[in-house]
Amino acid sequence: MACRECELTCMNNFLALRSWLFIILSILVAMMLTILPLPFWAGWLRPLWVPAVIFYWALALPDRFSLGAAWCVGILLDVLLGTLLGENALGMMLAVFVISKLYTRIRLFPMWQQSAIIFMLSLCYLALLFWMQGLIGQPPLSWQFWVPAITTGCLWPWIFILLRDYRRRFAIR
Amino acid sequence: MRLAVLVIVSIALMIVDHQYHYLAQARSVLTTVISPIRSMVDAPARLINWVEINVSQQHNVVTENAQLRAEQLMLRAKLQSLMALRQENDQLRALLRSSTKVGGKVLVAQLLAVDLAPFTRQVVLNKGNRDNVFVGQAVLDAYGVMGQVIEVSRSSSRVLLITDSRSAVPVQSTRTGSRAIAAGQGVTNDLQLLFVPDTADFQVGDTLETSGLGKRFPVSYPVGVVSEVSHKAGERFSQISVYPSAHVDSSRQVLLVWPAESVN
Repeated sequence: MACRECELTCMNNFLALRSWLFIILSILVAMMLTILPLPFWAGWLRPLWVPAVIFYWALALPDRFSLGAAWCVGILLDVLLGTLLGENALGMMLAVFVISKLYTRIRLFPMWQQSAIIFMLSLCYLALLFWMQGLIGQPPLSWQFWVPAITTGCLWPWIFILLRDYRRRFAIR
Repeated sequence: MRLAVLVIVSIALMIVDHQYHYLAQARSVLTTVISPIRSMVDAPARLINWVEINVSQQHNVVTENAQLRAEQLMLRAKLQSLMALRQENDQLRALLRSSTKVGGKVLVAQLLAVDLAPFTRQVVLNKGNRDNVFVGQAVLDAYGVMGQVIEVSRSSSRVLLITDSRSAVPVQSTRTGSRAIAAGQGVTNDLQLLFVPDTADFQVGDTLETSGLGKRFPVSYPVGVVSEVSHKAGERFSQISVYPSAHVDSSRQVLLVWPAESVN
């Protein structure tokens, strides 16, 4: 009996680790895309890769991908981008909190409605960043700061489908 | 509740990071964790560079070599006259009993081909703690002052460019010697001279160099050229725009400068 239970927990731990590995891999790719050098005119058009990937995992695996994980990814994103430590963490965490309350409904929406939700979430995320930057006296001074929300919303169907197939292919739970 | 705790922790972190410098160690460690990502993104650019170097034809290499030798000869000749001038300068200063500066150490660094947050003007270099880079160190490129180091980790460091809104460089005009502070705007590539009264003498085309005040930047390095001077009636200060001499957006190699020893 005890042997069987032990086996089950072992397998669960192994599955958890495996899932985390795949999730971390997708986040790594998103981070690489975030710092990929783009031509000057395209710099502002870059979608919010890391937030989008985090939103997907928060939607698909709300039990596994919780607030703490979102906060850690936010801290790493801060270090990657050179912003104030905790800024992206706060934004990411609040967005994931919103998703964790609404994920049952969002999952059932048609794709265009999901894109709209993601667009609004990205706007809130950017608004939080804007507020933090404003509080420390360095507000982004151009309207192009908000364009990434639009591009993230537009690219959301592809990101969603890509990550969904990735999740199904590798049976990430 | 977990959300409340994490929110409070985030806000505390932001306050500490902004006001104090206790988090520099932690940030440095996290940057070392992140550095593989930066290296992976920089790798294609380096690979292309490597292929270019190794595959270029011998003929091109020979021509380039000849050109570089000729240029080196010319620069050496110019250097001779500069050395003579410098000696004369030192002697005159000694006569006036003021302190002289002996040239400090320099190190060449390369920019990593990564982009940081778009609303700040920062770049990442491939030299860090193990090359004795320190926070506050001046960074120059071949044409002028580029910025200063604001964060150092083991093998990379972050530089705040002079065009960022947080940067301010003490400058003086080469023509008149009047001093001012050139602050970055963040959005555009121009610098603005802060708090310059209408009576100060700045004209379009004046070159500005570092004044050495504040001891952050070495003295007499070119910062920029005045591109626009406007006096608004009723305002106490003029609006003076400066175009930086350094190729802020396109330089890939920069110099890190150590402060010169001062001899009295």
